[in-house]
Amino acid sequence: MSTPTPDIDIDRSKGDFHFAEDYAFDAGTGLREDTIDYISDAKGEDEWVREFRKKALKIFQDKPMPTSWATKDLENIVFDDVRYYLAKGQKASRTWEEVPDDVKETFERLGIPESERKFLAGVEAQFDSEAVYSRMKEDLEKLGVIFVGPHEGLHEYPEIFKKYFGKVIPSGDNKFSALNSACFSGGSFIYIPKGVKVAQPLQAYFRINAENFGQFERTLIIADEGSEMTYMEGCTAPKFDTATLHSAVVELVALPGAKIQYITVQNWSNNVFNLVTKRGMAMEEAEIRWIDCNIGSRLTMKYPGVILKGRKARGEVLSIALANDGQHQDTGAKMVHAADETTSNIISKSISVGKGRSTYRGLVQIPKHLKGCKNNTECDALLINTNSRTDTYPAINVRGDHNSVQHEASVSKVSAEQIFYMQQRGMNEGEAMSLAVNGFVNDLVREFPMEYSVELKRLIDLEMEGSVG
Amino acid sequence: MPTLDKLTFNQESFDAHLADWNALPWLQAIKRENWEAFQSLPMPTRKDERWRFSGIKDFSLDGFRPATAPSDSRKAELLAKSELVKDSAGRLVFADNTLVQHDEVSAELKAKGVIWMPLQQACLEHPELIQKYFLAEESRLGSDKLLALHNAFLQGGSLLYVPKGVVIEKPLLSYYWSCDCEEAIFPHTLLIAEDNAKVDFVDYYGSMKDDCDCPALSIGVGTIHAGQGAQIFRKIVQNYAPATYSFQSEANVAGRDANVKTIAVNLGSKYARFENQVRIAEAGAEVKMYSLTVATGEQEFDQRTLQVHAAPNAVSDLLYKNALLDDSHTIFSGMILVEPEGQQTDAYQTNRNLLLSPTAEASSLPGLEIEANDVKCSHGATTGQIDEEQLFYLMARGMPKKIAHQLLVFGFFEEIIEKVDNDELKDNLRTLVQGKFTNS
Repeated sequence: MSTPTPDIDIDRSKGDFHFAEDYAFDAGTGLREDTIDYISDAKGEDEWVREFRKKALKIFQDKPMPTSWATKDLENIVFDDVRYYLAKGQKASRTWEEVPDDVKETFERLGIPESERKFLAGVEAQFDSEAVYSRMKEDLEKLGVIFVGPHEGLHEYPEIFKKYFGKVIPSGDNKFSALNSACFSGGSFIYIPKGVKVAQPLQAYFRINAENFGQFERTLIIADEGSEMTYMEGCTAPKFDTATLHSAVVELVALPGAKIQYITVQNWSNNVFNLVTKRGMAMEEAEIRWIDCNIGSRLTMKYPGVILKGRKARGEVLSIALANDGQHQDTGAKMVHAADETTSNIISKSISVGKGRSTYRGLVQIPKHLKGCKNNTECDALLINTNSRTDTYPAINVRGDHNSVQHEASVSKVSAEQIFYMQQRGMNEGEAMSLAVNGFVNDLVREFPMEYSVELKRLIDLEMEGSVG
Repeated sequence: MPTLDKLTFNQESFDAHLADWNALPWLQAIKRENWEAFQSLPMPTRKDERWRFSGIKDFSLDGFRPATAPSDSRKAELLAKSELVKDSAGRLVFADNTLVQHDEVSAELKAKGVIWMPLQQACLEHPELIQKYFLAEESRLGSDKLLALHNAFLQGGSLLYVPKGVVIEKPLLSYYWSCDCEEAIFPHTLLIAEDNAKVDFVDYYGSMKDDCDCPALSIGVGTIHAGQGAQIFRKIVQNYAPATYSFQSEANVAGRDANVKTIAVNLGSKYARFENQVRIAEAGAEVKMYSLTVATGEQEFDQRTLQVHAAPNAVSDLLYKNALLDDSHTIFSGMILVEPEGQQTDAYQTNRNLLLSPTAEASSLPGLEIEANDVKCSHGATTGQIDEEQLFYLMARGMPKKIAHQLLVFGFFEEIIEKVDNDELKDNLRTLVQGKFTNS
């Protein structure tokens, strides 16, 4: 039984707001070598960082667009119209009082409660390129945790960060990692010392607030031996008429026995290209988990990966994607096994609503003569309307007779019986559908911290509004 | 015969080939068109997703030429080997693109309108049939250049036409033999089953000498057109000598409520690519695609499949099983494509790889592209080894480890072999599969 697709009627003006911008630094549009110099000068960077950026720029210019396998929509990005660097010119603020009023107003609109703002002590609130608000909780400092922006990280702690910077994801990994390496600004550099277990999650709020402005965060997290940490990022962005480019690079390093959990809830507005490279390296008995939820954006291309480099390392990707009209969620996971007895797990759930398209792209690699490696992949897709679309493109490459891999995928719709049952109990069709969709992703949502899972459910309800009827 | 000159397909060899078809100007035009396309198309590379992981870069067309007719003694020798199923309704045997034997169908079937003959003869006697069905189904799996070469040099080939409601119980067989080094053969099988017809078919692809270690080339094409309610069951056995490069491309079409079943048994060649594409053109069709592969030595089996659901209410099911020994490599790349019209589709795709050596490599790319929402689609791919618990169970019952191991491996294949409905063929396939095991 096929249901006709009704017009989607959601109040898109929610979150559709912005304020007049005035920036102390503006590198103008387009990306050239002098743009790099401008960024480097403005930040007062060390010479080796400038060289690193310039090398990456060359790679970016030489690499073709990956349209041989990816969507042709990428060709609609006009790189020359993007502003690559904008900043207010102030140093990361230490106290709440120092944060400019208009930025505070933005927080107000984001709906962050007063009490929570104080709790955001450990938060890097990113307003455009610079961290305007950044304060570390004192007890984090006492533990020896470093939580800074990339510039501070590379300038003040080169002995810690230089060793791994650009090593998990080299500039030449892909066109967009090269772009990020050339013009990154903002993001988080975190170091957790040996044996330290950080109880609260570290958070970062990212905001885009300038038309046609590409945001290029750079994040590097190093968890030293036996340490544990959770990092969370959530994004909201005001709506603009022209496309916005977002291209982040996130590198994680889990040294022997360390555990890193990286949680993302992405809800960019419908004109954002979100092209992100995320990869972690797990050493002996270390564990890296990516928990990833993509709801907004025009096109998201994101395949969090783990390189399992040490014996018994473990990698996991849990991912939820929801594609509504005009959206393409091209997400997936990469697991590269590079040591014996490593295990990995991928669970991906996608929902396509209206004319939305969701794609799973995966890679599982067990090379050479490894022993005892295991991978499990499950990807389930749910199609809501007759013209919704879903694709699955996994690639699994296994060598040797001591490893095992299993992959399963299914595509289904919400059954008419389920909807009927719920309607019998007094729900309208929309509510019933929303409940069924929430049920579909429920076991993954449970992995998110409480406040995120509540927010996520609310977002799914909002997206499902008017999808049936 | 091997020569020192660098051989290739050129204008001279094409013109010589074209002269054989002077009686059929319309076909010559098709051949000329394909020859031009062949010259302008690029060789496929791994950068094309449809060739990802493939070893195509080690292959070159240089050094191959169109095969020449075999001697009479060879013909007799090959005819004697063409006995996979003795009890058949008809048989065609080709060696190096040349017809060796034509066992016609019974007078009764002929009277009902069944046409069973070499393609070249059919072009002369039934041009309207050939013009309607020959190359009518476009292959989407990436071998355009090789298929253009095939069409340009096509010579031997089988045509089976079964009119409405005619049922042929016994199987029909086509044998395609490759005899000489550096020579290329172009096997072609065209099956047309009109409404409610029923047919059972076997293709065998083999080499004159099993231990020949110089390269030969085969570029084959198979097409099934299944009309409304037609039932077609086709088995394809590829058992070329270990130095052969084999490209086989299937493009099948299933009509309303048709039942199309294929089983491929892949044993031979150095590099064997098998493309299997089925398009469900009308509602209610049921398609089954099965394959069994034993990869040994440094063999590479490159398997690409495409299940296109362009109509509602159809079922397609795919099961590809690969056993890998030594340094072999298998690639399974499958795609289920459900077009917006394909509501109420049930489509499944399963790939099982059994790794029996620490250096074998299995690549799996099971894909889905779904544009209709009321569907049941799933795919599964597993790569693993013999289950230790099963092995233990058998050993606990007093079976030596080696025998227990062998039994489990044969059990792995049995799932496919038992789907063959002909006992004689079943036994012969078991012998072929087991023979490959004991030799390696």
